[in-house]
Amino acid sequence: MSSTRSPVPGTRSPMAPPRSFLWSRRIFLTLLTGFVLIPVYVMVSSSLKPLADVTGKFRWLPSGLTVRPYIDIWSTVPLAKYFVNSLIVAGAATIASVVIAVFAAYAVSRYDFRGKRVFTVTVLSTQMFPGILFLLPLFLIYVNIGNATGIALFGSRGGLILTYLTFSLPFSIWMLIGYFDSVPRDLDEAALVDGCGPFGALLRIVVPAAVPGIVAVAVYAFMTAWGEVLFASVMTNDTTRTLAVGLQGYSTLSDVYWNQIMAASLVVSVPVVAGFLLLQRYLVAGLTAGAVK
Amino acid sequence: MTTTAFKEPVRRAAPGAAREPRRRTGRLRRVSLPYLLLLPALLLELLVHLVPMAIGTVMSFKELTQFYIRDWGTAPWSGLGNYQVSVDFDAPVGEALLHSFFVTVGFTLLSVGLCWLIGTAAAVFMQDTFRGRGLLRALFLVPYALPVYTAVITWVFMFQHDNGLVNHVLHDQLHLTGEPSFWLIGDNSFYALLTVSVWKGWPFAFLIVTAGLQNIPRELYEAAALDGAGTWQQIRRITLPSLRPVNQVLVLVLFLWTFNDFNTPYVLFGKSAPEAADLISVHIYQASFVTWNFGTGSAMSVLLLLFLLVVTGLYLLFTSRGRRAADV
Repeated sequence: MSSTRSPVPGTRSPMAPPRSFLWSRRIFLTLLTGFVLIPVYVMVSSSLKPLADVTGKFRWLPSGLTVRPYIDIWSTVPLAKYFVNSLIVAGAATIASVVIAVFAAYAVSRYDFRGKRVFTVTVLSTQMFPGILFLLPLFLIYVNIGNATGIALFGSRGGLILTYLTFSLPFSIWMLIGYFDSVPRDLDEAALVDGCGPFGALLRIVVPAAVPGIVAVAVYAFMTAWGEVLFASVMTNDTTRTLAVGLQGYSTLSDVYWNQIMAASLVVSVPVVAGFLLLQRYLVAGLTAGAVK
Repeated sequence: MTTTAFKEPVRRAAPGAAREPRRRTGRLRRVSLPYLLLLPALLLELLVHLVPMAIGTVMSFKELTQFYIRDWGTAPWSGLGNYQVSVDFDAPVGEALLHSFFVTVGFTLLSVGLCWLIGTAAAVFMQDTFRGRGLLRALFLVPYALPVYTAVITWVFMFQHDNGLVNHVLHDQLHLTGEPSFWLIGDNSFYALLTVSVWKGWPFAFLIVTAGLQNIPRELYEAAALDGAGTWQQIRRITLPSLRPVNQVLVLVLFLWTFNDFNTPYVLFGKSAPEAADLISVHIYQASFVTWNFGTGSAMSVLLLLFLLVVTGLYLLFTSRGRRAADV
């Protein structure tokens, strides 16, 4: 997989790496590729197997290929409903999280104000809270808010959206601060002189210059919301259940339909994985300019 | 880090008593604007993290069983009772918690170490361009991009006793084990959990280190090459030391995520984890929701948080020594 003929421009060393390096690289990357690929192969191949192939001894090659699991997954559990729920929850949480993080990061990056350090440290430290610590209190708060105001947060998509957007917020703010810091201040000063308000400067100058960072943050927020299990399993009911919980429906039945589980897993994963791989360039660029600097 | 840019216009407008009222509102806006921008983030953090955390702490001092859960304010105070139960290591509850703590520490150290090692090695090996690098990089990010539950469910299938890939390879094909092993119960479950955790976690280290490598100036390598340093030496003398600040953050983030990880063990083992892989977050979840003893569960959570605070504090203190942490 990894063969190097001659030194390529834009690389580490101006001279050809030694043979020991090339061989270590070849061996290491080959093993790693195997480690990464095997579960992916299992997922893809099993999703195309007839049921007998996944209930009996494992087989590397299917005895026959079938797309049956991809048809059955939609009727075994209400997968479409879970899908829509996950899409709404993750989509709304992502948009809200990005907008809020952009404002907060702009404030920290461009202004001096009392409590700035306290704010950043507090927000970042929430990242270390064990989710289990605030699961139950949050549940009680949502129930009480519901009783007092009639706004249903517990069991609703709204409550889940609110919860998830705060999960990605600390990392998003942190990364965007670094990113905004790298946008030259002269640019938004010029915009202010030209009569833009601070919001104008943010929207017309800083945000366009920070698009890679913002895309990266959006990807992160979406993935966080799409994959969360703990809060989804406590805070949803039959109508608001998301994929994270819904997928377990295939295995609590008397027969474990592994081919369907794998097919459903694949269907659920493809949108995020494809999106991530398309946008990973931005994520690396965003991390380089922001968080890692 | 100071922003004189936005104060300048205000100060310039200062002379001229006739414009006093406008100046004042202008200044008020200048002063309040950053707070206004922060307000949504602050409110949400308060609602979802800080207030619940405070309530959780209060709950840890209460005798909160299922009888009081509808109106938790009326639960009787128990003082330090929940904490005494949690840290009484001779009694079953405390002993189980201590065991779970040690399992979690061991698991976290191994997982973070392996994730960091594999991620760094892969990133460094892939620093030079070679044919297929882009494709390989995309492939390596797949485990990270997969939703946790789909990745873990796939591993659950692979670890099945009768129809899983792992036993098929180890027992049927390589004949390494006399009997097909159980992976999701018993002592093996620790290694199963570790494998899944590393599989899912190392690409994050790879991603961060890859990003970090791009900030190393190329001139450093050129200068080193002129001085006769080979590839291995360049990696040891330039690449790894340059990554130190990136690693400081990376290792901390990996540590906190792994230590608090709930999703992986929960999907891998279900509601009750086997003893060998009884991670602290699942343990506390069980202590709270399965036995309906929220007071004790809260006390354990608070202890966990204190531990993480102390470790993080010490870590930052030791790693920042010498290089003053730039103020955020």
